[in-house]
Amino acid sequence: MSTMQKTYGILAEFANPADLMDAAAEVRDAGFKHFDTYSPFPIHGMDDAMGLKPSKLGWIVLGHGIFGLLGGVALQSWAMSIAYPMHISGKPFLNFPAFVPVAFALVILLAAFGTFMGLFFLSRLPRLHQPIFNSDRIAKATDDGFFLCIEAADPAFSEKKTTDFLKSIGATEIEIIPE
Amino acid sequence: MSQNTATVPDERLVKGNHDFASITKLISDIPQEKTPLWWYIAFGIANILLAVMLAMVVWLIWNGIGVWGLNQPVGWAWDITNFVWWVGIGHAGTLISAILFLFRQGWRTAINRFAEAMTIFAVMCAGLFPAIHVGRIWTIYWIFPLPNSMQLWPNFNSPLLWDVFAVFTYLIVSTLFWYVGLVPDLATMRDRVKGKISKMVYGAFALGWTGGNRQWQHYEKAYMILAGLATPLVLSVHTIVSFDFAVSIIPGWHTTIFPPYFVAGAIFSGFAMVLTLMIISRKLYGLEDIMTVDHIEKMNIIILVTGMMVGFAYGMEFFIAWYGGFEYEKFIFINRALGPYAWAYWTMITCNVIAPQFFWVKKFRRNVTLTFILSIVINIGMWFERFVIVVSSLATDYLPSSWGYFSPTYVDVLTYVGTFGLFLTFFLLFLRFLPMVAIAEIKAVLPQANPAYYRSGNGNSSKSD
Repeated sequence: MSTMQKTYGILAEFANPADLMDAAAEVRDAGFKHFDTYSPFPIHGMDDAMGLKPSKLGWIVLGHGIFGLLGGVALQSWAMSIAYPMHISGKPFLNFPAFVPVAFALVILLAAFGTFMGLFFLSRLPRLHQPIFNSDRIAKATDDGFFLCIEAADPAFSEKKTTDFLKSIGATEIEIIPE
Repeated sequence: MSQNTATVPDERLVKGNHDFASITKLISDIPQEKTPLWWYIAFGIANILLAVMLAMVVWLIWNGIGVWGLNQPVGWAWDITNFVWWVGIGHAGTLISAILFLFRQGWRTAINRFAEAMTIFAVMCAGLFPAIHVGRIWTIYWIFPLPNSMQLWPNFNSPLLWDVFAVFTYLIVSTLFWYVGLVPDLATMRDRVKGKISKMVYGAFALGWTGGNRQWQHYEKAYMILAGLATPLVLSVHTIVSFDFAVSIIPGWHTTIFPPYFVAGAIFSGFAMVLTLMIISRKLYGLEDIMTVDHIEKMNIIILVTGMMVGFAYGMEFFIAWYGGFEYEKFIFINRALGPYAWAYWTMITCNVIAPQFFWVKKFRRNVTLTFILSIVINIGMWFERFVIVVSSLATDYLPSSWGYFSPTYVDVLTYVGTFGLFLTFFLLFLRFLPMVAIAEIKAVLPQANPAYYRSGNGNSSKSD
């Protein structure tokens, strides 16, 4: 390929989860921001090693859950007292204890929708293609490979220096991924 | 204190000498191999049963629910029995995937994927019965709070309506939970399959998953939240199912013990069903390294515990019937044990209370053949439990002059048998096309997955000491 091709990033392979985690900490300390580690399963402690902030997913779920609760109570109150008030064995129209199960189910339902959609929103999915798939080796990341990719978008990125840096922190293989 | 203590290491969750690659190969190659002959035979039988079920449902809708053996006073019989039985079976899947996850039980990873699949398909079978038992199924949408030309809204005071919300929520949440867990494994499939079309299909459903930690971070959070949501949900679903009975005033139904008793029974029967399916599939697909005898033993312990809870509830019902001093309640329980449905009652006691007692003995807990037989016995017993509760209470209620006896017709029997066709059709498709064990989760419980493993000098690490 021509040398004019833009580079997406540099992919480095590591031998095992421990090496990958040490490498992630080194990359973080070297000041890189646009990088990610790829592994077949979540590695515990990697978030700290990469210096990631905690996931904001919980807030999305909380919002949806509150919406489900308010919506559930509003729906039942309105249907039972305004839209279709009916005397049922002398019970009040606004029979709140009886509204608990449906309101609860709606809280769970909405919160689950929030979790599902929030997960894919925060992970920037679904996507038909990711630039990282241009790599020949990345398919191993869903099998038994442990990778770290520093993206060209990072201000501290320089093809030569970053490659040397990754080698110096124990990468076993280096690959330059085209955009 | 002398040094007489030693650390007893946990049994390894995955047997055999597996590394990450061999786990991937073991599980993800199953859908890529040539379809075995037994699969076609089983699928054919399942399809025939499914066709029988569809024919029976059409026959019922065409003629009305009189084609079932229902009479006055027994207006609920096999339909509701089957509904409660199938929903109950589903609950074990959620227990394994959500509750055991929150309790950090690593062994659940071997079985959670297909227990969850079982949940979804069992709830589908369950949902069929309330839908068709309404008689005029073309007005079934009245159960939903939908604006309509009659200005009619559902009665939110009714447990039957709560049930609609609970079961629908359960089906949707279980499906979302299952799919979230599948995404990383679908990515594994995408990266391994050879065919162009299968690569595209798996790829589309994998949604562009890369395995990057910026995805895993949210994924793990989402998984924990979904487990946290599914846990109260699963307890509430069978609680609300039990409200269908407990909130009525029929003797034998109107009891406060029902919610915990139903939940325990659901887990009891569900674990039995998971064991039945697991013992067959681990053999057929050679997954004995992943679904080990240790797993079977742990599940048998849960069966023993929940079986004892169910047995306690049976005893407690009798005690309260006597202690409560309500004549009709007292009569209904004596009548259960000695009356026209005594045969069903004693079948239930034998299967649910006596059969699990084998599992006090370690040798029996670890015996695969015995476990398989007992798992089927327990499911028969749990079906009879629901039958006894539903039918015997209705058949002999307050007024002796209106007592009746329920006998099923062929439509009752074939509809129930047919739901196995529905269940097995979906389950076989699942076994054939999806990774039946959570690949990423199994890898994560291998000792090599923990970075500390390499630092303690076990590994072949080059630099991480």
